[in-house]
Amino acid sequence: MANVNLRDVRKIYNQTQVIHGVNVDIDDGEFVVLVGPSGCGKSTLLRMIAGLEEISDGQVHIGSTIVNDMSPKDRDIAMVFQSYALYPHMTVAQNMGFSLQMRGNAKAEIRIEVEKAAKILDLEALLERYPRQLSGGQRQRVAMGRAIVRNPQVFLFDEPLSNLDAKLRVIMRGEIKALHQRLGSTMVYVTHDQIEAMTMADKIVVMRDGFVEQVGSPLALYDRPANLFVAGFIGSPGMNFLSGRYAAGAVWIGDVRFPVSDLPVSASEGRRVIYGIRPENLAISDDDGLPLVVDVIEPTGAETHVVGHISGQRVIGVFRERFATRPGDVLRVKFDPWKVHLFDQQSEQRIN
Amino acid sequence: MSAIESHRTMSAPMQSTSKLGTRLKGVALHTAVFLLCLVWFTPVLSLFVTTFRSESDSSRTGWWHAFIEWRPVLSNYVEAMYLTGVGRSVVNSIVLTVPTVLGTVLFSAIGAFTLARMRFRGRIALFLAMVGFQVLPPQLVLVPMLKFFLALGLTGTFIPVWIIEMGLTVPFGIFLLYGFFASIPSDLVEAARIDGASEPRIFLQIILPLSGAVLASLAILQFMIAWNHLLIPLIFLGSGSLSPLTVQVASLAQTNAGGLNTLTAATFISVIVPLVLIVTLQKYFVRGVLGGAVKG
Amino acid sequence: MTSQILQLVLGLLAMPAIVLAIILPGELAIRRFPQKRQSSLRPWIWLSPVLALVGLVIAYPLAASIVFSFRDATASKWVGFSNFVWAFGSAMRPVLFNNVLWIVVFPLLTAVLALSAAIMLDRVKYERIARTFLILPTAMSFVAGAVIWKMMYTYEPPMQPQTGTLNAIWTAITGRMPIAWLIDRSVNNYALIVVAVWMSIGVATLILSAGVKNMPRELVEAARIDGAGEWAIFRFVTLPSLWPTILVVLTTQAIFSLKVFDIVYVMTNGSFGTDVIANRMYTELFVKQNLGTASAIAVLLLILASPVIFMNIKQIKSGGGE
Ligand SMILES: Nc1ncnc2c1ncn2[C@@H]1O[C@H](COP(=O)(O)OP(=O)(O)OP(=O)(O)O)[C@@H](O)[C@H]1O
Ligand SMILES: [Mg+2]
Repeated sequence: MANVNLRDVRKIYNQTQVIHGVNVDIDDGEFVVLVGPSGCGKSTLLRMIAGLEEISDGQVHIGSTIVNDMSPKDRDIAMVFQSYALYPHMTVAQNMGFSLQMRGNAKAEIRIEVEKAAKILDLEALLERYPRQLSGGQRQRVAMGRAIVRNPQVFLFDEPLSNLDAKLRVIMRGEIKALHQRLGSTMVYVTHDQIEAMTMADKIVVMRDGFVEQVGSPLALYDRPANLFVAGFIGSPGMNFLSGRYAAGAVWIGDVRFPVSDLPVSASEGRRVIYGIRPENLAISDDDGLPLVVDVIEPTGAETHVVGHISGQRVIGVFRERFATRPGDVLRVKFDPWKVHLFDQQSEQRIN
Repeated sequence: MSAIESHRTMSAPMQSTSKLGTRLKGVALHTAVFLLCLVWFTPVLSLFVTTFRSESDSSRTGWWHAFIEWRPVLSNYVEAMYLTGVGRSVVNSIVLTVPTVLGTVLFSAIGAFTLARMRFRGRIALFLAMVGFQVLPPQLVLVPMLKFFLALGLTGTFIPVWIIEMGLTVPFGIFLLYGFFASIPSDLVEAARIDGASEPRIFLQIILPLSGAVLASLAILQFMIAWNHLLIPLIFLGSGSLSPLTVQVASLAQTNAGGLNTLTAATFISVIVPLVLIVTLQKYFVRGVLGGAVKG
Repeated sequence: MTSQILQLVLGLLAMPAIVLAIILPGELAIRRFPQKRQSSLRPWIWLSPVLALVGLVIAYPLAASIVFSFRDATASKWVGFSNFVWAFGSAMRPVLFNNVLWIVVFPLLTAVLALSAAIMLDRVKYERIARTFLILPTAMSFVAGAVIWKMMYTYEPPMQPQTGTLNAIWTAITGRMPIAWLIDRSVNNYALIVVAVWMSIGVATLILSAGVKNMPRELVEAARIDGAGEWAIFRFVTLPSLWPTILVVLTTQAIFSLKVFDIVYVMTNGSFGTDVIANRMYTELFVKQNLGTASAIAVLLLILASPVIFMNIKQIKSGGGE
């Protein structure tokens, strides 16, 4: 087990820079999720930690050593691939034991380790099968088993669940989390699915276009996104953004007043700002409140999603109650001022 | 009622003519395929039948008379094996071919692995050179190679033939294997790398075991090439005691020593191994041919 | 015999031994270097046996042949272009003409027959068996093919019973004189080409069959719905979409006709006006012992083959192979 520290890490593919000086500290035993849209450089970063991709500039520390020039096998890491990358010509047991075989461990010893890992993952019955004889979920398990057998300092996962169906994904999510609790190892997990990030991570690193946008715990990111991108990326359905003008301690869209809490706001009077409010922070109010003109209603059973507009700007609300409205109706809604996020329209940074 | 009747009588012959049309087409198709196979097989059959006919029969009547009066003799085979040196040539052909096949597969696999799975300057240029070398006429290599091996004093051994046969096929072999190796998912190789496998191990324990079929394809193709080549063994081994089957049969054919029927027996002995191989391992042969064709 | 067995064992051991003797010490040697340097050195260590082999057997002879082609019979002094003047002179002209005949007739005949075979075989259930018949000659040496066809072409004087298959059929059907297929100058080159076609159809059919099977079915069905007949479908759908594959077959066979040696060597040994470049080269080298002219012929072959070489390279470069 070890901490992982990235110091100003860069990646340049013949002239085009795809990772721009990333600094991240991952503590010993932490479960860190790298999340971001497709092409933002998550895999590249992970592969640089693994040693599969050369580090153009900066340093990667694992434990107390700089591993830049170490080959993957010397970094004491294990990786679970999106495609699982199981060796098709080896049985499950051989797949899982391959790394130990490479280390030169004795056969009996390998067998014991493999069986131990198989027990954790409930794979005992499958040990003599070949990968092609397994279901997707079972293959995924074997891939994890192969990582566990190594007993590495750091586990690396690159979108390990994206080839599974939705239901299985939720189950495996829980299993990986449980595995983390059981082993207590450092884990770095790449995904583009913010729900996965929220539910699994101790710490989330949000990336965009090769830059780190924000690092923090899931709830910190949810409660205080540092900028417009993170605010929009975390949460589903996404945060509502209304564009208005800051004046007199509130935001004005036309002549409608949108309340803001008493927290200090670093914006001058009349500045153009983005007023952000999560759909779940809308509440129905009986009398006063802002008029939400209903366009679409989506009852999910547990919640009611209402898509509509206020002052001409699109707003989604998520309510726990069920109620009968129809497109064209006007609902009166209230925002909790303490749950409002303000961003500067130009810099897109948080200002409250 | 009568309208329906007449409709029926009208439509029935129409249907049957179109049915007849497709029937006729089918018959024509099957006949054509049958004729094609017949024409292609007849020469082989004529060889096979002649090997069992006596010299006197053959000089008087065509081979098809064997179907009229069947008087098989085995003397042609006996004569070919013991009197004309074909028995020795069988051994020589094996000595020539087997190491060639092994070496070709080995060298091609290493070359293709390097070109397909390692990144370095000049990789593309080398690969394209291999594509170009495939087409070179083998005559080009004769003079310099002869001088070279004469200078080394290696003519009259199988070494020059192994080396030349390998050298001529390895560019093709690299091309054939390259396509397959390049299609192996890189995740697999990277997983092995993380698991601690060194490059030689990745090659031996991951790439090669996954490539059995394509390696077999290359092996069978090179077997046929080397077994069937005439020019190179003719020049480097001569038509003496080291001559393989092709050279032996060619010299029998040119000198007419031993007579026609012995020649046919010798020829049949020389083709039986590749014939059996191509029938039993057709799958691999087809794969090799298709994988090696430069795609348009 | 024991010497042969010894050589066999030696060969079988030497092949892997050579490879290991280069790669293993190389791998150990670069292990001390940092990762980056390792991965830039490794390819050259791994490639070195291959480069040595291909360099010796192909690259060096290529260069040497070019040099020899400008030197005299024993490669002892420069003679300028005189070998090439000879190669294009009257002595070689009929030989070159024969190769031109081969290059035109052989690929066309092979392609047409193989294409018909591929299309027909695609429509029958017993394709595999029929295909086996076509591939059988491919497995044989050209020497064997030549022996077989020498028998097929056997000529007996008129009024004698014809023992050669072709003359027996010919005289029985037409009632005319038997033909001396390999001697009669109006047919003998074609007779040799037929042997090559017989032996080459198998591979050509395999390649074209793959093309036929890769053709999108919807294309043919759409054409049929548009009212196209069998011929129109062939002319406007099948042929254009198979054209790249046909081109592969044509160029492969054209290269083959440049190199053809064995068939001619065994069947006529170049006499009766059937000599081809490769045979003449053999004669120059071993009968006349002239290194210069032999090398000039080799270079000539190279020049003739180079368009196909560059075409293939271009094809691969533009994405066919990667
Ligand atoms: N070998 C390469 N050469 C050049 N550019 C590359 C290479 N590999 C990746 N890139 C670029 O680097 C950027 C980051 O790629 P990366 O695979 O890390 O994205 P990702 O965040 O993992 O995306 P995804 O969610 O789609 O997997 C992309 O813009 C990609 O085009
Ligand atoms: Mg990725």
